[in-house]
Amino acid sequence: MRNVFSETLYECATQDPSIYIVVADISPAGSMGKFRDEYPERFLNVGVAEQSMIGICAGLALKGAQPFAYTIATFSLYRPFEMVRDDLCYQNLPVTVVGMGTSVVYSTLGGTHHTQEDVAIASAIPNMQILAPCDPLEMHLSTLHCAKQKAGPMYLKLGKAGEPVLTKNAEDPFEFGKLRYIRKGTDTCILCYGPIMTMALEIADKLTAQGESVSLISAHTVKPLDRDGVTQALKDHKRVLVIEENAPHGGLGSRVKEIAWDTGANCDLKCFALKDEFIHYYGSYEGLLEAHGLSTDRILATLQET
Amino acid sequence: MNDKTPRNSFNAVAAQERCRAFRRRILDISQQVSALHIGSAYSCTEIVDCIYYGLMKRDEQGNSIDTFLMSKGHGCMIQYVILEDLGVLTRQELDRYCTADGILGCHPDYGNPGIEASTGSLGHGLSMAVGMAYVAKVNRDTGTVYCVLSDGEVQEGSTWEATMMASSFGVSNLVAFIDNNDFQSLGRTSETHPSFYPLREKYEAFGWECAEVDGHDSQAVFDAVTARNGDKPLMVICTTTKGRGVSYMENVPIWHYRSPSPEEYQQAVEELAGALA
Repeated sequence: MRNVFSETLYECATQDPSIYIVVADISPAGSMGKFRDEYPERFLNVGVAEQSMIGICAGLALKGAQPFAYTIATFSLYRPFEMVRDDLCYQNLPVTVVGMGTSVVYSTLGGTHHTQEDVAIASAIPNMQILAPCDPLEMHLSTLHCAKQKAGPMYLKLGKAGEPVLTKNAEDPFEFGKLRYIRKGTDTCILCYGPIMTMALEIADKLTAQGESVSLISAHTVKPLDRDGVTQALKDHKRVLVIEENAPHGGLGSRVKEIAWDTGANCDLKCFALKDEFIHYYGSYEGLLEAHGLSTDRILATLQET
Repeated sequence: MNDKTPRNSFNAVAAQERCRAFRRRILDISQQVSALHIGSAYSCTEIVDCIYYGLMKRDEQGNSIDTFLMSKGHGCMIQYVILEDLGVLTRQELDRYCTADGILGCHPDYGNPGIEASTGSLGHGLSMAVGMAYVAKVNRDTGTVYCVLSDGEVQEGSTWEATMMASSFGVSNLVAFIDNNDFQSLGRTSETHPSFYPLREKYEAFGWECAEVDGHDSQAVFDAVTARNGDKPLMVICTTTKGRGVSYMENVPIWHYRSPSPEEYQQAVEELAGALA
């Protein structure tokens, strides 16, 4: 996903001179290097100075530029939080804050490098939009959207490298602000976003093998959430599962529960999220997710118990 | 007044008269609200006046290619009354300051007439000013970005990040001012934070051109900017007095955020009137 982001942004920059990228000492690998070499005036490296990164992006946008702030998620959203809130969201500027390696992707780096609450935190700020693509194809389309949109600030969640393509044969096209059916079924619906979609797809496959008709939805636009789409999904399915790599409060699961209550939904609704804990685990990404209770087998086992 | 004196012919006597009138206007507004940042506005009155009337280039219609950013957002009363004088804000808008049907609050809001960025939380303005100046440089615009900082906000780490980046990016079209009034909530900065000084050497070490002036001497502020080399960002360190112009406010921290009583108001009116006598 990271490479697709860089490649797409580079392509956008060749077409649009208002696109800037402001990085905080991140290695300009791949197309990011091309961006730096070919458009040095629009590639700014502030060093390890993330508050300034966001403030400078605000200044660029106030003068008509379309900037991207780019570094590891904890340093693009948490360290300069007040700059994100005041400079970008309060002034409602079209700046994309790219959170690289979001959630617990950097499993071996420990809790200081995790953003297991980023969706909850970014969602809480007025004007902030959130895009969380699930595969390289959605990453490409999300980046194109961010490069053009003028609605306001955006938090773009990026996984790492090497995620598989999952949406090549999706039922729906990618449309900002709309739930996207990757598969359409009638019994169980899985709502998910971001790189953990790989697990959601595996669960969908297993449930299908057990004879269920399963919908799999990419809720790539976590904010503004497609309320009508969620309402309809709650109506159309006997069971709805939300799977996300986010704290158990303030993420997609919380939002779906709110909508379910507000609309009087009567389907079975189950939400699977990270634990409300810092877990000191230094193995693989999948292993850390499992330590949080998120694995295909655990989720399927929970479903069978109930 | 509407004195659109062209650059390089700054009239310090006219500036003194304007500043007296601006202080009086702020004083009058102080009687409409329970509290306002009067001491902070009086501290940088001459600096902001000099930027708007001496330094910012204007066309016939009064529009400027330059940008002004009040990083010490709490001092914005002086900006508001200047924008009123320039016809950018209306008298009614000022009369409705901090009221339910008004548009002006205690800190500048982006989107209001004449306000280029929302400030108020300290340590944000200089980074935004660097970004603005950077775009102007890339676009080969001739505009200058002027930014006024409080000495308190120069304690913010974010200000030093921006300080480093301004010179690293070579934004020589950035001119910043520190309203160095030596006061913050808990006392004199020189007593509570002696290591904060010296400022000039710090900024020079960070690659800025520096000047030190009496921040209430309009001509000195003007000359410091017009005499600069212009190949680096410029920091004008302005020695100022918080609450300048009204004896009981000067260097008294409580006037950071307070409105005078009717008796105090009357005394201040008389002192300001006498300032030109």
